[in-house]
Amino acid sequence: MTATFKSGDPVRVKAEERPGHIRTPAYVRGKLGWVERVHGEFRDPEKLAYGRDGLPRQPLYLVGFRQTDLWPERYAESPRDCLYVDIYEHWLEPVGAEGTQQ
Amino acid sequence: MSGTYDHDHGHDHDGHGHDVTQHDPEAAERNRVPYWGKRIYAIRELLIEKGILTAEDVQDQIDYMEARTPANGARMVARAWVDPAYKQRLLSNPKAACAEMGVDATSLTEFVVLENTEKVHNLVVCTLCSCYPRPILGRPPDWYKSFAYRSRAVVEPRAVMREFGTELPDDVDVRVFDSSADMRYLVLPRRPQGTEGLAEEELAALVTRDSMIGVTPAREPSNTAVMAS
Repeated sequence: MTATFKSGDPVRVKAEERPGHIRTPAYVRGKLGWVERVHGEFRDPEKLAYGRDGLPRQPLYLVGFRQTDLWPERYAESPRDCLYVDIYEHWLEPVGAEGTQQ
Repeated sequence: MSGTYDHDHGHDHDGHGHDVTQHDPEAAERNRVPYWGKRIYAIRELLIEKGILTAEDVQDQIDYMEARTPANGARMVARAWVDPAYKQRLLSNPKAACAEMGVDATSLTEFVVLENTEKVHNLVVCTLCSCYPRPILGRPPDWYKSFAYRSRAVVEPRAVMREFGTELPDDVDVRVFDSSADMRYLVLPRRPQGTEGLAEEELAALVTRDSMIGVTPAREPSNTAVMAS
């Protein structure tokens, strides 16, 4: 599986609720960010956790967010502060797909 | 573990057991093996009983984990401070830079080294569990695994750092890394002022575990350390 996104691409984290062993923190779901770095491909831990082989490997990205985008009501520190999370490709969607949500 | 397990205390056990916890509820609470602890012991016993692992295998692995300490990371940081070429290798290929210093980082996870600068301060957390660069730093401190740190570091990182005594100027950007997948993050703290004359080993002594997580800067050199150099 080759990486769909490249460094600098805007992305949105899927706003999904999934049960079980999930590696995407809830507070970034549905949030807009950008690909900071493409880490490579890894076996999917959300499948490995249940004894499966975790294949196909998932591209893993370091995704950056503005803190003020993550916590618009709460973030009271510098508006320039950022937060980065590692997110597997199956949790990301290209920006511009908002219309297909809801 | 109940007090009655301990048979080295030189009195007999006829009739009523001398379980101290009967009289001391606080001791009973302290000595209680929690659910997950009992589960671990049960799994260990089963693995040994079924011949999958030996007791020595388990102990060797525990010894291996205990042998990894923040001193490993501190040596690497100090080397990066004195050797710009090593610093570049540490930033571009952390695993190779570990091997170069005799630090075994051949585990499955990958590493990213985050350089603190005059303008950027990095902080590492794992909100989902306790992901931590264990091959380099050993086991994480308890506070790193606490619900308070994990939930607050992402939403008020400067307030959290202030509680560790770290006050960052407004013109320094804070970047929080939530390591929740296959990557592990290690902060490369800034070299403190006034350390020009220090030898690499003396510099390593200034590199604390907390400074490689990012909650504090590296330690300032004490006067004695400077005079000794």
